[in-house]
This record gives sequence, structure tokens and C-alpha cells, in this order.
Amino acid sequence: MTTTAVPAVDSAEKTARPGRPGGAVTGVGRPGIAWAAPAAVFFGLFALVPLLLVVVLSFTRWNGLGSPEFAGLDNWSRLLDDPVMVKSLWLSLVFTVLGVVVQTPISILLGVWAAGRQRNRAVLSAVYFVPLLLSITAVSVLWRAVLDPNFGVPSEAKWLFGDGNLFGTQVGAIGVLVFVSTWQFTPLHTLIYQGAARAVPGVLYEAARIDGAGTVRQFFHITLPQLRNTVVTSMILMVVGGLTTFDTVLILTQGGPGTDTTNSAYYMYQKAFKSFDFGGASAIALLLVLVATLVSLVMVRLTGYDRMRSTMEGV
Amino acid sequence: MRSRPRSRPNYLAGLGSLVWLFVVGLPLYVMLVATFQSRTEYAANGPLAFPEHFTLDNYVNDLNDGFAQYFLNTMIVTVCVVGIVLLLVPPLAYAIVRSDGKAAGRVFRLFLLGLAIPSQAVIVPMFYLINEAGLYDNLLGVILPTAAFAMPVCALILSGVMRDITPELYEAMTVDGASPWRIFVQLVLPLSKSGLSTIVVFSSLQAWNGFLFPLVLTQSSENKVITMGLYDFQTEHGVDIPGLLAAVVLSMLPILLVYLFARRALVQGLMGVGGK
Repeated sequence: MTTTAVPAVDSAEKTARPGRPGGAVTGVGRPGIAWAAPAAVFFGLFALVPLLLVVVLSFTRWNGLGSPEFAGLDNWSRLLDDPVMVKSLWLSLVFTVLGVVVQTPISILLGVWAAGRQRNRAVLSAVYFVPLLLSITAVSVLWRAVLDPNFGVPSEAKWLFGDGNLFGTQVGAIGVLVFVSTWQFTPLHTLIYQGAARAVPGVLYEAARIDGAGTVRQFFHITLPQLRNTVVTSMILMVVGGLTTFDTVLILTQGGPGTDTTNSAYYMYQKAFKSFDFGGASAIALLLVLVATLVSLVMVRLTGYDRMRSTMEGV
Repeated sequence: MRSRPRSRPNYLAGLGSLVWLFVVGLPLYVMLVATFQSRTEYAANGPLAFPEHFTLDNYVNDLNDGFAQYFLNTMIVTVCVVGIVLLLVPPLAYAIVRSDGKAAGRVFRLFLLGLAIPSQAVIVPMFYLINEAGLYDNLLGVILPTAAFAMPVCALILSGVMRDITPELYEAMTVDGASPWRIFVQLVLPLSKSGLSTIVVFSSLQAWNGFLFPLVLTQSSENKVITMGLYDFQTEHGVDIPGLLAAVVLSMLPILLVYLFARRALVQGLMGVGGK
């Protein structure tokens, strides 16, 4: 930080008269809001405008060509009567709940473990991290190949998979989808928990050890309560992720067998880009955003999380 | 980071972590060994066998089969997205952290809201807008929304880093009469290096791995990015598992290289998002 003679004189003058309007105390040296404008405009144009537009489009009829026509509540009333839609919402819920239930314990345990000082921890953590780097596309394609009934691992491990095609039954297909999401996203949540577990004051554990508490008791009485806010952060991410699972469904099951894994996100895509019903698709998209936001808000309220300082408040 | 949650090793958790290592490692192993053998050998020996006749044909075939072009397209998209993010986010984060008045706080909340918008929610209007702008089936049409959706996380990370710059440093420069621009260039940017590298890694990861925007906004093979190449490969000749998996490896090679060099920035950025 080099300084020149001129500003030095200037500063002497300013410190001498701090009350001067526009003086050194406030304003000067601080960026105006104009600094944020380019980013805000860009973001508004490509993220917020579309979000508003999806509301408008949900009240229109549009086949992707020509211009959208106003259709009132038509899309919405059709959605309510659509059995596939109802089923897809139910499936979204199933994916979400299963995702949270499966991923949370694994990532808490791995995260807390990784926060400690074990041997080989650095190496193991580095390997764990790899799935997070891969695109959902790559992960889905990879697992589709690994679980291929004829050429994949199931052909080698009949004792585990039986003769059946995992993708051929609803339970199997849902199982695969939940498993693949877990495989990919556990590292993220593990990392989140690892960061939080490291921030737990070591004094608490020392006190507990003096009181004779073992590892398990320490985990349940110190670590878990201290991680409460992190659990909420992580779960909100899982819920939003679960409700919007799309790429995995498209690549692994195409919503099948039948419509047995057609969740709302995939159904929206089908409606828009296969049936060219963009109005109906917009209504589903809006519904998804509303549900995701609502669930997040409820979770935040129920846990009293909103009273804490948090970087995820906007979720 | 200073505190130590536990000093005794936890054998049960260690065992669990080994099980998870197996779960993570197995498909990666299957993938690698498959790519180094011919289709017939893979079909005959099964997915777990080690290659007998080591070959790079799968990779060569993929590259000749369009993947070189997809690679290039993905590279273009990634470089442009990172460029846009680097141009727009640092001034934004600077304003969020340093400007007085309520406007900056409102802008920040807008970006936080953006964190919660799933890209599928806007894909139909995005298709509409990109069409109207005449950018359908154009890499620029993929670049713009991808950059926009990378911005919230980057703004969050970078403003967090900039907040850690002590007020005394700002004051010292202000007292010297430095303009916001000079403070930005001489103080804020140099002290935010770690944050800047984190957002570079993040936005490039997002751009490189993007799927939905290219799926909906591009069509022709000369504008295909690598994730689309993978997807189409699977739908067209999904039975060629070694070829397919070689394509998967190709698609992730650059990311793994970045990971090797920027692991620290990446991990810290992710921890910062959710930790505490």
C-alpha cells in the first residue's frame, strides 16, 4: 500500500475537520451502489426476469412457436385433474424424504469422523470428494453402465441383485435414483458437517471426558446439539435438491418403468420439450418453486434457525 | 480449526469410512478398467476384471467421434462464464461489503434468493427469452444463463472473504484519500486472492458440468457441449460400455486436474457455504 505525498496532506486536513460534509468519516473511499449495478442487472435479466416470466407463462397457452396466449387458470385446473401430475408430486416427495433420511446420517457420521485427526484422513477425504466434481450427467451415465443388467456389476453379483433388472421395477428404479444421488451429494454434506464439527469448542469434549463420557455419549450430547443449525442448512439443500431431481431421472430411468419414476421436475421437462405444452410446464415449475420455498421456510421457522446469523437465510 | 473435537481414534467410524470408501471407489474402478479394454473383452470378462490387452482405442474413437469438438465447445463456454463472473462479481461483493446505505443489503438479499432458484424452474422462460434474443443453438445462449446462475454462490463466497479484510486497512487508505477504485485495485483484490480462486473454480465447475441449459438451448452437433455428448452417446449406442465410460473419463479429466491444483480453494469455499 504505497501512499503519495498529496493524499497525506489531504488526509491531515480531513482528520482535522471530521464534521465537514462529505468528509473522510463517511462516504469518501466507499464504493457507491453503482458498483453492484452491472452484476445486479445481469443477474436480474437472466435469473429474476425468467422467474417472473414463469408466473406469467403459467397462465398462458404456448406451444413453443408463435406467441403465448392468455389462458386464465386453464393450466392449473388441468394439473389438478391430471393423475400423472398427482403421482409425480408424490414421487418428488418420496425422493426428497428418502434422500434426506439416507444422506443425513451418513454425512453426519462421515463429517464428524473427518473433522477429527485420524490417520489417512486426508487421503480418504480426497477420494470421497471425487463424486462431487463429476457432472450429474457423468455420474448417471457411469452408474447406468455399472448397474447394467447384462454387462454391469449385477451380472457378477447375483447374490446381491438377483436376476432381475433393477430398472425394471418401481422399487428398484427408485432405489437406484436415491442411491446415485446419495453417492454424488454425500461428499457435499459431509464437508458441510466437517466444517461445523471442527468449529465445536474443544473444551466441551474435555469437560465431557473428565466426566467420563465415552465417544458415543459425546457424539449425542455434544456434537449433535452443536450441529443443529448445520443440520437445517444441509437438510434444506437436500430438500431443494430432492424436489428438483431431474438429470438423474432423465438419464437413468427416463421416468420409467411407465411413469413410476416420473417426478414433477421430469414431468415438467416432458410437458415442455416433448409435448410442447409450455404453459402447463410453467405451472408445474412454479408449483415446484413454491413447494421448495415453503418447505424451506417451514423448516427454518420450526427450528428457530432464522434467529441465527446465517448465510443461507435467503433459501 | 483450532479446536480438536477428538484426540482418540474412533475405530467404529473408521470402519464406516472404509465401507464408504468402497462405495465411492468401486464404480470409479469399474470405469477405469473398462475404458482400457475392448468391447468384446469387457463383455466376456465382466466389469470387475482387469484388462488383459491394454488399449487406448476407446479414447481415440471417442475423440474422433466428435468429442474433440464437444471438448472445445465446453472449453469456450467455461472460459466465457468464468470471465463474466470475474468481471461482475468482485465489484458486486465489494459494494455489498463496503457501500453504506440500504441498497447494497437489498441487492445481496436478491442474490441470496437466487441461491434457491432451481434452474429447472426457469428453463421454459429461458427457452422463450433465448429464442426471442435469437440465441437459440448458439453457445452464447448457454453462456449467459450459466453465468447468471453461477453468480449467487460466487457473490456469497467472495463477500464473505472481503468481509474479513480489517476495517483499519480501509481506513488507512481512506485517510490517504484513496478513491474507491484505488482501494478496490490496491487493497481489496490483492487481499481476496483466495476468494477469487475459489469463485474461478466454482464457476468453471458449474459451466463445465452444466447440462440443463445446453440440453434445452442447443441442438446441432457443432454446438454440443461435453455433457450433451455423453447423454447422446448413451441414448445412441449405450451398449458400447467401454466407449461410453471412456467418454465419461474424458469429460472429467480437466476437472480432476483442476481439483489437484485447487483442492484447497474448492474445499474451503464449500465449507464456507454451509459450515457453522
